[in-house]
Amino acid sequence: MIQARLRRQFPAGSDSAAFSLDIEFATKDGITALFGPSGSGKTLTLDCIAGFVRPDEGRILLDDLILFDAQTRVNVPPRQRRCGYVFQNYALFPHMTLRRNLAFAVEMWPRLERHRKIAGMLEKFRLTDLAGRKPHELSGGQKQRCSIARAMIGGPKILLLDEPAAGLDAPLRAELYEILRQVRAEFGIPMLLVTHSMDECFELADQMLILREGRVVQSGPPANVCDRPANLDVARLLGIYNILAVEIRSLDPSRNTSVLRYGDFDIGGEYYPGRLRGDRIHVAVAPQQLRAVPKEGKLAPHQMPAQLLRVIEAPQTARLEFAGGLNVEMNRSDYERTKHAKEWAIEFPARSLRVL
Amino acid sequence: MQIDWFPLWLSLRVAAVSTILSFCIGLALAYILANRTFRGKELLDAAVTLPLVLPPTVLGYYLLVAFGRESILGRLHETVFGSPLVFTAEAAVVAAIFHSAPLLIKSARAALESVDHTYEQAGRTLGASELRLFFEVSLPLAWRSILAATALAFARALGDFGVTIMIAGNIPHRTQTVAVAIYDAVEAGNGQTARVLVLVISAVTLLILTLANRLGSGFLPTRQGVR
Repeated sequence: MIQARLRRQFPAGSDSAAFSLDIEFATKDGITALFGPSGSGKTLTLDCIAGFVRPDEGRILLDDLILFDAQTRVNVPPRQRRCGYVFQNYALFPHMTLRRNLAFAVEMWPRLERHRKIAGMLEKFRLTDLAGRKPHELSGGQKQRCSIARAMIGGPKILLLDEPAAGLDAPLRAELYEILRQVRAEFGIPMLLVTHSMDECFELADQMLILREGRVVQSGPPANVCDRPANLDVARLLGIYNILAVEIRSLDPSRNTSVLRYGDFDIGGEYYPGRLRGDRIHVAVAPQQLRAVPKEGKLAPHQMPAQLLRVIEAPQTARLEFAGGLNVEMNRSDYERTKHAKEWAIEFPARSLRVL
Repeated sequence: MQIDWFPLWLSLRVAAVSTILSFCIGLALAYILANRTFRGKELLDAAVTLPLVLPPTVLGYYLLVAFGRESILGRLHETVFGSPLVFTAEAAVVAAIFHSAPLLIKSARAALESVDHTYEQAGRTLGASELRLFFEVSLPLAWRSILAATALAFARALGDFGVTIMIAGNIPHRTQTVAVAIYDAVEAGNGQTARVLVLVISAVTLLILTLANRLGSGFLPTRQGVR
């Protein structure tokens, strides 16, 4: 378990704006994803925990061990923190063989124990045949496995991963996820995973923290966060929603309906408790929840005409981008049937609109 | 005519001994300058650079004052070794160290600083002490550049004139290095000796510089070299 409260100020430099990190979180075993845009303080958080960066204020607790405490001036040096760290570029020592890379981490152990550990790790990460090679003779996936093996061999109490999937192609990424799941199952230590991929959070994370400008803006299991973004910022960061600025035209609690004005059109929504007529609010709706249909004759009340800008086709789905920034995602087969339509209308299912 | 090869031989020996000593002192200073932050670091850096820019006579004068028979260091040397330091071959070694070590320190520092930081950080998370990091990670990764710098320092030590003549003097068959011997030969109108020595020393130095270049342009792990 790790508990951290970190505060660190960086004054504005000649080529950088001022930045302040101010976060507090606690995680249990399993994978916790640190999600956020570039420059939100994800890697900085890892570096504070690993001991590369000293926070101005705060406290870091790993199990029952105090790694850092500003008040009592405890600051355990990185080499005694027992934090495994997987760097973005792997940071395998280029002048050492894979076996030597692993041995480096267990140099202080008795000889026999050392050999046993190295052999065990090589076996576990399917590296035995490659033990005599140097990093430049390995493929990306092999380097990845080696860097995780090296981080784990000393028996760390936490594993820190800095965007391990960045720059990997799809098969390698799948392999990495498999290894991380294996590590989670076999070692039972907390893992902090820096990422800016929402897919990765869903794929791996038990919990996620969303960081923005050095603050935690929301936390929880990825599915919850995704279903209920805490505010407009989070919804934007997730990047999976259409966000509509609307004005409430009418509210009807008895029928649980409302009418929302979006541009020149009215769309039907649910009754939103605590909102008043005339309120300007933002609603989020996922592209999969909208429906795009060919416009034929007169529009139904819940339909809105829209101008199709372009279509991005994927193996399973087609993503239709309309003027005004609205995205609609549909099955490829549905799209194939309707692709020759000249004019389009978008349907808004009332229950799919989420007020932010 | 007979050419006296003693100055060349002495120069090579002086350069070899001074390079070994420069290497040890220089590596320690380079490590400190590259890795530590402390008060007075800039001053130390400037002091290390000073011998590169000061006139050799000024440097020689300082050394004469510091190591002269009346000085503390001079007396210490005399008590320990039973003879004064100045105007001996050892003095020529001291002169060569001060003449060449700054170059070694500057290049070795740059080489150590060019090693990607993440290797050192990775080493720290794996429980390595700073000393182990230096000898097992930083030094092996910067090794070629440091070797090239050492070769340069050797070449520079070979060619010192000003500092040597100030503290080691010009005593034939005792402290007369090749640079001093050339000066002496020209002064004495002994043109042929001067010419031969000039050509030989130029050839030796050229050879060393070529070697240094070849070492330096080899594999040097930088930020691009990580993956």
